[in-house]
Amino acid sequence: MLPFRIPLRDWISAGVDYLIDNLGPFFDGLTNVVQFLVNTFKDGMEFLHPLVLMLIIAAITWKMAGWKTALMAFVSLLLVENIELWQAFIETMALVLTAELLVILVGLPIGIWAATNDRVNLVIRPVLDFMQTMPAFVYLIPAVMFFGLGLVPGVIATFIFAIPPLIRLTNLGIRQVPKELIEASDAFGATGRQKLFKVQLPVAMPTVMAGVNQSIMLGLSMVVIAAMIGAGGLGADVLRGIQRLQIGSGFEAGLAVVIMAIILDRITAGFGKVKNLGTA
Amino acid sequence: MSKIVVKDLYKIFGNRPDRAFELLEQGYSKEEVQKKTGLVVGVQQAEFSVEQGEIFVLMGLSGSGKSTLQRLLNRLIEPTKGTIEIDGTDIAKLSKQDLIDFRKEKFSGMVFQNFAILPHRTVLGNVEFGLELQHVEKETRQAKAAEVIKQVGLQGFEDHYPAQLSGGMQQRVGLARALAVEADVMLMDEAFSALDPLIRRDMQDELLELQSKLKKTIVFVTHDLDEAFKLGDRIAIMKDGKIVQIGEAEEIISEPADQYVREFVEGINRSEVLTAESIMQKPKETAKHGDGPKTILHKLKKQGLSSMFVLDQDRKLLGYVKAEELSDYVKGSEKADKKIPREVIHEAQTVNLEDNLSEVIDVSAATDQPIAVTDEEQRLKGIIVKGAIIAALSGSDSPQSNNEPHSEVEVS
Ligand SMILES: Nc1ncnc2c1ncn2[C@@H]1O[C@H](COP(=O)(O)OP(=O)(O)OP(=O)(O)O)[C@@H](O)[C@H]1O
Ligand SMILES: [Mg+2]
Repeated sequence: MLPFRIPLRDWISAGVDYLIDNLGPFFDGLTNVVQFLVNTFKDGMEFLHPLVLMLIIAAITWKMAGWKTALMAFVSLLLVENIELWQAFIETMALVLTAELLVILVGLPIGIWAATNDRVNLVIRPVLDFMQTMPAFVYLIPAVMFFGLGLVPGVIATFIFAIPPLIRLTNLGIRQVPKELIEASDAFGATGRQKLFKVQLPVAMPTVMAGVNQSIMLGLSMVVIAAMIGAGGLGADVLRGIQRLQIGSGFEAGLAVVIMAIILDRITAGFGKVKNLGTA
Repeated sequence: MSKIVVKDLYKIFGNRPDRAFELLEQGYSKEEVQKKTGLVVGVQQAEFSVEQGEIFVLMGLSGSGKSTLQRLLNRLIEPTKGTIEIDGTDIAKLSKQDLIDFRKEKFSGMVFQNFAILPHRTVLGNVEFGLELQHVEKETRQAKAAEVIKQVGLQGFEDHYPAQLSGGMQQRVGLARALAVEADVMLMDEAFSALDPLIRRDMQDELLELQSKLKKTIVFVTHDLDEAFKLGDRIAIMKDGKIVQIGEAEEIISEPADQYVREFVEGINRSEVLTAESIMQKPKETAKHGDGPKTILHKLKKQGLSSMFVLDQDRKLLGYVKAEELSDYVKGSEKADKKIPREVIHEAQTVNLEDNLSEVIDVSAATDQPIAVTDEEQRLKGIIVKGAIIAALSGSDSPQSNNEPHSEVEVS
């Protein structure tokens, strides 16, 4: 209809180039941090004998979700080891934990900011909507552009994909703190900080933890996709299964992802409940 | 000096509140202002003061502005106009940080209808909350919290979470949280309204007992008249954001300022509120112990009475004498001009000045004579006749104007 084509792709490329040229040191620094975190998680888990790590995970599951779930988790982990996916399991776990750590470090403050500032909330909302309707694949593109191929862009893509629910639910949780609790703390002379750390965040904690839980689940769903840009771990095994039509081994790797998802889900769901003794 | 002094206080909700002032000045009502401008009049023209150690009750129908007025006092709501002085400081002028410090210094927080205690903290954790905000050391504040928890009867529940407690217990936590802070202005918004009637009474009694020891300055919001009259040293009745009457319970009952207040107080259980003092009358005449029988008979006849109270020289009550017995005595005795003998003085039924009407009724059932109202030293302060009790109960009119004094004891 128009006599010319809007050069959208040129603009975007130019923008990306500009960012790379000018924010290069930032991306490098970020790469180092992510790499360091992933390695720390991975080395830590590899350092332990598989059985010891399994017992630790089972113990945490026990505390958070009861002994039945813990037993199931332990048996499932034995299975993962038995089908020779333990190393990949640890790699994926390290990736997900790193991404989730970043999600919490970044998402929680943004969520708090959005909850305490209506204007910020107004801006952030459509951004989150946009992020959540965007197909997961699309996040691979900027990740690759800024970070190349490999583990780090995998973590970054997972991070971007997984952060919206935490921001949303942190915002929601804080906004849902009963007005009277806020009035009460104001009436007792609480400062903004005291109110945030002694009242708003603790009361919102179950909702915040639901956000953590959701973002971990999203992160795990990103694991296989991230393997396409070389993030490794269980995703790589699934991808290989698809590419070589090895249904059996692809399925095994998929099962290991599901096992990790269930365990992390039960543990984080438990976090939300520990202190949630109901509201008065 | 008064603890709280409020002058010409307004709260208008909405943008450009000045539009409302003009209309209010021209005599438009809250409703009309809202229709014309969309502005909501929360509080208008409030003017009152609260004394140290007083329980000041704000009462009125839903939406009358009680909560708004109360929240203006610690500036949880910003005033639109007017001044609020606490101990001489105009809080409307404080900076944000100063206000926070001032609240810590002067207010022991607030007690709410829905308790508003922190669900993630134990009873102890909740009670020490106010002190924690003031950075009081852990040991000190826990000791203080433990003491207050005992005062409100929650010992043994320190480690329980709110969800494990009944409503009445949760409200005790709310009360204890406020009491733990030593500052003396306490704001209570419908604090007992969510409790069932029996527990509510307990809490009211407990509050009064604590108050007799602690002497805090309490501003108590309620829409329940019985509660207002039970707790309030003085009561302010609100309507459409305006205070229509301020006074003690009896004043409000016996002299309602307008039809709104009159309708309000109609439902009240008057026997719990009115005191002997408020319905007693001055005795037309009394007899002194030194008077001779003839003198007394003369007084009786002159006033048209069938009986009369007898006092000693300190105006202490000795009893009463009956006209017929006295005249029999005068006829049958030669020493008739001497002092009246003990035998003709009967023991009178008495009540104290502060006794409420229901106690007066109990006493009156035991006699057909007027009841004597005395102070602590047994001095006669007034008398109550049956007609006055009935008039007070029915609330038809103020007892004094309705009943000719002693109308029941005229000589038959
Ligand atoms: N934040 C607000 N914005 C606009 N209007 C308000 C606000 N808060 C209160 N109002 C209005 O101010 C008036 C007084 O409300 P307030 O809550 O003080 O009444 P109340 O006497 O405490 O009533 P209740 O017994 O229902 O608690 C009402 O008309 C109410 O609608
Ligand atoms: Mg209210």
